Amino acid sequence: MTAIALPLGLLENPRLEQWIGFEKAGTIRIASGKVELGQGILTALVQIAADELDVTAQRIALVSGRTQATPREGFTAGSLSVEHSGGSIRLVAAEVRGLLLGIAARRLNCAETDLTVVDGAIHRWGVATGLDYWQLASGLDLTQNASGSRPLKPAHLRKYIGTSVPRVDLPAKVLGSARPFIHDLRPDGLLHARVIRQPWPGAELAGPEQVTAHADIQVVRLRNFVAVVAATEQAAVAAAEKVASQLQWTGGVPLRPEQATPGWIATQPSLNATVTRGVKGDHAPAAKRFKRTYTKPFIAHASIGPSCALAHFENGKLRVWTHSQGVFPLRDSLAKAMQLDVSAITVEHVQGAGCYGHNGADDVACDAAILAREIPSKTIRVMWSRADELAAAPFGTAMVVTLEATLSSSGMPIDWTTEVWGGPHAQRPGAAGGVNLLGAEALPNPPKRPPPIEIPEAAGGSGLRNASLLYDVPHQTLVNHIATALEPRTSSMRGLGAFANVFAIESFVDELAAEANVDPLAYRLAMTSDPRARAVMEQAARMADWTLQKAAGQGRGFAYSRYKNRAGYRAVFVDVDVDEDVRLRRVWCAVDAGLVINPDGVHNQVEGGIIQAASWALKESVVFDQGRVASNTWDTYPILRFSEVPEIHVTLMDRPRDPPLGVGEVAQGPMAAAIGNAVADALGMRIRDLPMTRERIIATIAG
Amino acid sequence: MLLTINGAAREVALSDDTSLLDALRGDLGLMATRFGCGAESCGACMVLVDGKPSYACTTPIDALRGKAVTTLEGLGDAARPHPLQQAFLDEQAGQCGYCLSGILISAKALLDRTSTPTRDDIVQALDKHLCRCGAHARIIRAVQRAAARMSTSSAT
Ligand code: FES
Ligand code: FES
Repeated sequence: MTAIALPLGLLENPRLEQWIGFEKAGTIRIASGKVELGQGILTALVQIAADELDVTAQRIALVSGRTQATPREGFTAGSLSVEHSGGSIRLVAAEVRGLLLGIAARRLNCAETDLTVVDGAIHRWGVATGLDYWQLASGLDLTQNASGSRPLKPAHLRKYIGTSVPRVDLPAKVLGSARPFIHDLRPDGLLHARVIRQPWPGAELAGPEQVTAHADIQVVRLRNFVAVVAATEQAAVAAAEKVASQLQWTGGVPLRPEQATPGWIATQPSLNATVTRGVKGDHAPAAKRFKRTYTKPFIAHASIGPSCALAHFENGKLRVWTHSQGVFPLRDSLAKAMQLDVSAITVEHVQGAGCYGHNGADDVACDAAILAREIPSKTIRVMWSRADELAAAPFGTAMVVTLEATLSSSGMPIDWTTEVWGGPHAQRPGAAGGVNLLGAEALPNPPKRPPPIEIPEAAGGSGLRNASLLYDVPHQTLVNHIATALEPRTSSMRGLGAFANVFAIESFVDELAAEANVDPLAYRLAMTSDPRARAVMEQAARMADWTLQKAAGQGRGFAYSRYKNRAGYRAVFVDVDVDEDVRLRRVWCAVDAGLVINPDGVHNQVEGGIIQAASWALKESVVFDQGRVASNTWDTYPILRFSEVPEIHVTLMDRPRDPPLGVGEVAQGPMAAAIGNAVADALGMRIRDLPMTRERIIATIAG
Repeated sequence: MLLTINGAAREVALSDDTSLLDALRGDLGLMATRFGCGAESCGACMVLVDGKPSYACTTPIDALRGKAVTTLEGLGDAARPHPLQQAFLDEQAGQCGYCLSGILISAKALLDRTSTPTRDDIVQALDKHLCRCGAHARIIRAVQRAAARMSTSSAT
C-alpha cells in the first residue's frame, strides 16, 4: 500500500466522524476547527464539501470552532485555512462518497463505476435507484480513520470550486435580520461587565482599600484585576468610569514616548540568530556596497467592533463564547490560567468584527471566564471599550530592517545581508507552553507568557517571514533579533514580519535599480527565474501600462512578493499624487493563488488587504504618553477613510491545476513598498520610516 | 417614553439621558445598529432620525420625542430587501460586515436626497464611516449599483 501524505488536520483528527456526519436526513454535517473572521472561509469550505460529495451547497451544515464538536485545528491564521481545513475536508468528503458508493454497489450488486451521485441520491446508469446517502450512512462506520486514498474530483467536473458562490454569512449582516455577532447574544439572566484595565503593563493597584459604586453594582477585585458587573450595559459602563477614577496605580512598566520613534526597538535586549544561504563568491574588496535601514512602528489591530465574550460557570463547568481564532488553544490556556481541568471547559466560536491576527478576543474571553467563576450560575458578558480595543490588545511589533548588498559591476546584488529587529510575533495563548491572557496576568500567581520565539522557517517564520530573498542572489545572510523583555505586548498581526521585510526589501531593490540606472521592473526580472513570479510581475505591468508618462507631483511604484516565500504571489503597481500628503490614485494588482476556490472571495481578500496595508503604510502608528498608550481613540489612531481609498484593479492568474495558496495576507508587504516607491518616484526623495505621514513628507522635503 | 422606530410606536421605560443605541440594543432588542466607539467617530451606530443620518451612540432618547427613527431593520428584509441591501449582496460588499449597517443607513439618506450620486457624492456621504476590513471599493460599487437600479425603476 502506498503511504499517502495526509494533511496535519487529518493526522491529528483521524476519524471520519470528526469531520462529517449524516445525523439529519437531507443534510450533511461538515465540521471544521477553522472559524469565520470575515474572510469567507465558511463559504469556501461548503463549496469544497459540496463538490466532493456531489450535493447542492444547501445540504452542507457547517459546524465550526467548537471544542466539543469540531476537529482540533489550532488557529485560523496564516492564510492556511483553505489549504489545511479545506484539504482535509476534501479528502474526507471524497473518501466518504466512495465508501457510500461501495455500500450501494454491494446492495445493488453492481460495480461502483456504474453509479453516480445526484445531490445525495444514488443513480445507476443515470437512473435513480431509490437509495441515498442518508439510507446508506447507517451501514457506514464513520469511526474509522481517514485514509485519504480516494481520488479527488477532477477540475472539469467541479461545480462549486472555482466559482464565486455568495458568502453564506453576509445576508444576515446586510439585512439586519439575525444576530450574527457575539455582541448580539443575549441569553436569559445575562449580566454585563466591564474590566478596568491596568493603565500600563504590570501596574499594581495601590489603593484605595474600598471603592464606591452604585448599590446595584458588583465590584470584583482580585489583586490587579478590577471589574464591575451590572444588570445593564449602560450601568456597567457608567460604573467602570466611576471606579476607574478612584483607582491608584504604581509599579509596572510605564510606556515611554520614545518607544514610538523609528529605530527604538533595535536598542532593546534581544535573542539573536544568524543564518547564511548559498555560496559566498570571491568578490573584489572594492566591489560597491549599498546599505539602508527601514522601520515600521507598533500598529494596532483596531477592529471596528470591540472585543467581546460571554462565559458561564456552574457546577465546576465553564462555558465560553468567543470570537477567538483558536477555540482549542484558548480552552487549554484558560484551563492553565484558572487551574481548571481541560475537560471542564467548552469553548464555542461566535463571529466578531474583523480579525487580522492575535487581538483582544482571547483576553476578553479570559475576563469573562474570571468573572463567571466569581459570580457562578450567571452568564457574564464582557465587552471592551474603544479605548481598550486600541490600547490593551497585543500590537503588531515595531521593526527595524537593515539591508546591505554587495553589487556586481553591472549593479546586480551578489551578496546580501538582511538584519531584522522586532518584538515577538508569535505570542498566541498556548504558544510554546505560555498563556498570555491579560486578565489572568492581573490575578495572584499570574501564568507565564510564551517566551519570545521565532516560528520555524518551515512554518513560514515570524520576524524573518519573507526576509529571505525571492531573487537569485548567490549568497545571503539573515540576522534576526527578537526583543526579549518587551512591553507593550506584541503578537501576530496579518503578515507578521512580512509587512516590514517586504517593505524594506522591495524599497531597497528599487534603490539598487536606481543606482544601477535600470528600470525597477526590468531589474527585478533580471534576477527572477521562477516563471510564476515573472508571470505576475508581467501581468501587473500590462494592467498598469508601466511605460505610461506621468505628470509632475505624480509617482508610480512597483513591488512584488510571494507570501511566506511559499504561498500566493503578488505584484502591484501604485499611482500616487504627492504634495504634502500622499494620495493614492490607482492600484493594479496581479495575484497567483493557485487553485482558487471562490474567485470573488479572493478578490475581496486582496482588495481588503490592499486598503488595510495602505492604511498601515500611510497613517498608522501607536503612540505612548504618560506611561500609557495614548493612541486610544479613532482621532489619535486614524485609519484610511473612504475619501482616501484608491481605485483598485485586481487580476487573478488562472491556475486551476495548482494547489490552492493562501491569499489572506499576500497584500500586506508589497503594498507598502509600492507606495514608498511611488512616493520616491514623485518626490525624488525616499521615506524609509513608516508611516509616510504628512509630517514625514514635510520633514523629508525640508531635508 | 414613546419612541417611533421603523414606523412603529415603542414604549421604553428608560431614563431620558439613555442613548438611543443603548435603547435599541437593550430593551428594544434591535441589534443591527452597532457599537463601535461611542464617540461619533466610526459610524457603526448610524440611524436615521427624521431621514437624517444621526449617531445613535450619542443621541439621548429624550431628543427623539415626536421624531421618527429608522434602523437597518426598517430598510427591508429577506423577502423585500431594499435596493441597497440587494446591491450590497450582489456586489458581496463586506468582509466581517460589522460596519455595514451604519453604512447602509448613510447610503439610504444619500439616495433619498439624490438618485444620481457621483462617486464623490458617495465618498462624501460615507466618509464618516470606518471600515477596518477594507471593503470600501465594493461598498462604493454597491451604492452605485443601487442608485442605477433605483433610477431605472423609477423612470419606467
Ligand atoms: S459608535 Fe457611534 S460613531 Fe462609533
Ligand atoms: S467589513 Fe469589516 S469593518 Fe467593514
